[in-house]
Amino acid sequence: MTTEPTPGTAGWPPPVLDPAGPFAGPIEVVAWVLFVMAAVVMTVVLIALGIALFGPRRWKRRVSGERLVWIGGLAFPIVVLTGLLIYGLTTTARVAEAPRPGEMRVRVTGEMWWWRVAYLDDQGREILQDANEVHIPSGQPVVFELESADVIHSFWVPRLGGKTDMIPGRRNFMRLQADQPGTYGGQCAEYCGGPHALMGLVVVAHAPQDFAAWRARQAGPALIAAAQGDALIARGRDVFAASGCGACHTIRGTEANGLAGPDLTHVGSRQTIGAGILPNNQGTLAGWISDSQGIKPGNRMPSYPVLTGQDLRAVSAYLDSLK
Amino acid sequence: MRWGGQGEAGRTAAAALLALASAGLSACVDKADQPRPVAQGDPARGLAVIEAVGCAACHTIPGVAWPEGRSGGDLAGFGARSFIAGRLPNQPGVLTRWLIDAPSLDPGTAMPPMPLNQAQARDVAAYLYTLDDD
Repeated sequence: MTTEPTPGTAGWPPPVLDPAGPFAGPIEVVAWVLFVMAAVVMTVVLIALGIALFGPRRWKRRVSGERLVWIGGLAFPIVVLTGLLIYGLTTTARVAEAPRPGEMRVRVTGEMWWWRVAYLDDQGREILQDANEVHIPSGQPVVFELESADVIHSFWVPRLGGKTDMIPGRRNFMRLQADQPGTYGGQCAEYCGGPHALMGLVVVAHAPQDFAAWRARQAGPALIAAAQGDALIARGRDVFAASGCGACHTIRGTEANGLAGPDLTHVGSRQTIGAGILPNNQGTLAGWISDSQGIKPGNRMPSYPVLTGQDLRAVSAYLDSLK
Repeated sequence: MRWGGQGEAGRTAAAALLALASAGLSACVDKADQPRPVAQGDPARGLAVIEAVGCAACHTIPGVAWPEGRSGGDLAGFGARSFIAGRLPNQPGVLTRWLIDAPSLDPGTAMPPMPLNQAQARDVAAYLYTLDDD
């Protein structure tokens, strides 16, 4: 295994101007068009201002008068801004249509400060729950149904598409597509209080046949290695139950059925923990459990500095085993 | 520098001890660039491994901006310490083994086994031994 000297983890924080799909490309073009237009207009205005202040008298006369105000101050902005508005709206409208039959649907609900993920069937019924990581097949559009459980969040996977707000009481649609399999980072893009900056997300695109295999595996209950006789993992399962973790977290196939926090049924197979922000292994799991408030201050999971070192390791090993 | 869980008195004592230790050690330590050379270990690669694996979730590590973990020890000055986790001799072979599978050396430790191979653990050890100034 080689290590790359890239900072961050699993594509987070994500690069912004590096589109990797047909819905991100046009957004990048819009961004550049707006930037270049604004830069040109600002340059012209500054030059005119400079002439008006410091230019020779003959030049000053040319940048004064009512006619220039009507043309440069009213007609030009109306034409240009209307054109840009139509261009921007038509570009984004295509992305935001309601799902058509046969399209894959994923509901992502913004929570303070993580993402609840549900995979939907054609009728919009939930068939699979997950958190903080969305798996999609590459090479086809996927409809994201974006909702919020509390405040306004904004769902943004820069390499795959634009931003779409998640508004309480509303359902917004957005399509994303990854042309190639890979891992694409996301980030909440609307300030939502507290650790907003640490509300990351991972989108994993698989080749279509790999995606089918992932989905089949994910639909099953947790594979509890404790059943195979690993003493540490069995102890971790008991500590998890005794510490009340199941009041907030669900592990399907066990008595843990809390809904306040992320579903942990397959947490060991995720690439990150803490909502996209840390790599996922027994070490970071242990650090998160014992001091989640130090890592992500203000998040809703309390730190658990009450476990012995061995118990902490056992819980981490148990969670890590939930592939 | 954070010392999670210790009282004010403990902190003062620790600071005094550290000051004494560094005053006593600096004469010898300054003579070598790396007080404990790690064969085939590359500190720069080690830092990249540290960031990829997320050691900083538990440890505050000079050179890693975020996070500044508090569950494990602060690793500032680690290269000048005599012990790993207050128990084991701070030597390259021991440290490399500790990084990969700490519980095999200290069953009571809170530090889980880490997903590192030998080469990566050597690189991380090499980086940690560069931390001897503060």
